[in-house]
Amino acid sequence: MNRIAVIDYGMGNLHSMAKALEKVAPRSRVVVTADADELARADRIVFPGVGAMAACMSELQRLDLVETVRRLSRERPFLGVCLGMQALFGHSEESGGQAGLGILPGRVRGFSPELAETHGLKIPHMGWNRARARQDHPLWSGLDAPWFYFVHSFYCQPDRDEDVLAECDYGQAFCCAVAHENVVAVQFHPEKSQAAGLRLLSNFVEWRPETGARGGSRVA
Amino acid sequence: MTQSDGLARRIIPCLDVDRGRVVKGVRFENIRDAGDPVEIARRYDSEGADEITFLDISASHEGRDTMVDVVEQVAGQVFMPLTVGGGIREADDVRRMLRAGADKVAINTAAVHRPELVAEAAERFGSQCIVVAVDAKQVSQAEEPLRWEIFTHGGRRPTGLDAVEWAQRMAELGAGELLLTSMDRDGTRSGFDLALTRAVSDAVTIPVIASGGVGSLDHLVDGFIHGGADAVLAASIFHFGEYRIGEAREALVRAGIPSREVEAA
Repeated sequence: MNRIAVIDYGMGNLHSMAKALEKVAPRSRVVVTADADELARADRIVFPGVGAMAACMSELQRLDLVETVRRLSRERPFLGVCLGMQALFGHSEESGGQAGLGILPGRVRGFSPELAETHGLKIPHMGWNRARARQDHPLWSGLDAPWFYFVHSFYCQPDRDEDVLAECDYGQAFCCAVAHENVVAVQFHPEKSQAAGLRLLSNFVEWRPETGARGGSRVA
Repeated sequence: MTQSDGLARRIIPCLDVDRGRVVKGVRFENIRDAGDPVEIARRYDSEGADEITFLDISASHEGRDTMVDVVEQVAGQVFMPLTVGGGIREADDVRRMLRAGADKVAINTAAVHRPELVAEAAERFGSQCIVVAVDAKQVSQAEEPLRWEIFTHGGRRPTGLDAVEWAQRMAELGAGELLLTSMDRDGTRSGFDLALTRAVSDAVTIPVIASGGVGSLDHLVDGFIHGGADAVLAASIFHFGEYRIGEAREALVRAGIPSREVEAA
């Protein structure tokens, strides 16, 4: 049986993510776990998270998961969500500067207060916004200018333009989805984005990256 | 409100839950039973509501425990943002609701008694999931400049706190959003207190949800255009089948308010 593991490192609500995955992948086994062996047995990895980057990194360290997450991100179809997207980058501006996992080159920046001031924008960026795909990718299959639910004050700025999968506008265009080899990550919450979100999760579950990463062929 | 961003304004149906059943009090009295929370949440989901808010009005511990089950059931079936409020006293209550599947937790009276709770919760769980419920009532007399105060206990107990200053303080402490309810208007169906909504919305840089008094679709539109709200919350106009979420959305579109396009379910 295909196994999907949701990494449980104490950062936020994993119940909804697990339920949404169960809904789109009824024949898969969805496990929510912080156990490195259990993660290693999974065919696909979902790395969610809400909250602060510093807390995220210190929890990953406390649970001794930093290397595990780095390794899995090279080996399996891997989906980062929200803080789980931000943590993939090398550096975040949050709380005066935080190191991330450095899996993707780039940095995490805050929406500037000036931008908020001049455009009258509220921070966090909270609510439904539209994402524009910048490239064809299986993750986006069947999604035409979808609306997704966002809640965040920081956004990712990849160094490599080719990693940008989709953008969104909030006073400025910002990257709201990335794709690089077997890693995809989204700033919005697919598990909270009704039909469009479930479609994206279903696309992830079906996705067979072309790189050496395993995807779904494993027999449990 | 601004047109320079792509963000849609939100329509949020609110469900008051007492011991596991959805009810809606008019001025917090004369409660009518409106049904099963899971069933109602599913209906709003299929109609394309932007979020759902549950306010637990149970007085007892048993009622609160029931609420955790309700949240868990809803979050397992409805894949949209879910806010839960009512009876949140400490950071552990926030954690319990988040673990059950809530995305945001609204803190009300406890923030008045112990404002540091907002800072603690924001620090521990992130501002994005901390909503502070601001229940305000006009205290200025006719001829005087408008002034509102924070009230607790369903609008019965004054606190002496100025509502606009309080809203700013909550934002500074780390609230990610404010749920602003006019206790004068709640249950009256006579429209939002737009002056209050505008005063608070202009005073903070976090999103403000207008609440209290919605009786028609025009009231929702007014909340955005005149109140400057980022989201509008309503209960009775949706519960009893008077209006569907889609009709509310059409009203927003007609008024030129950015709204999410939802495929008919």
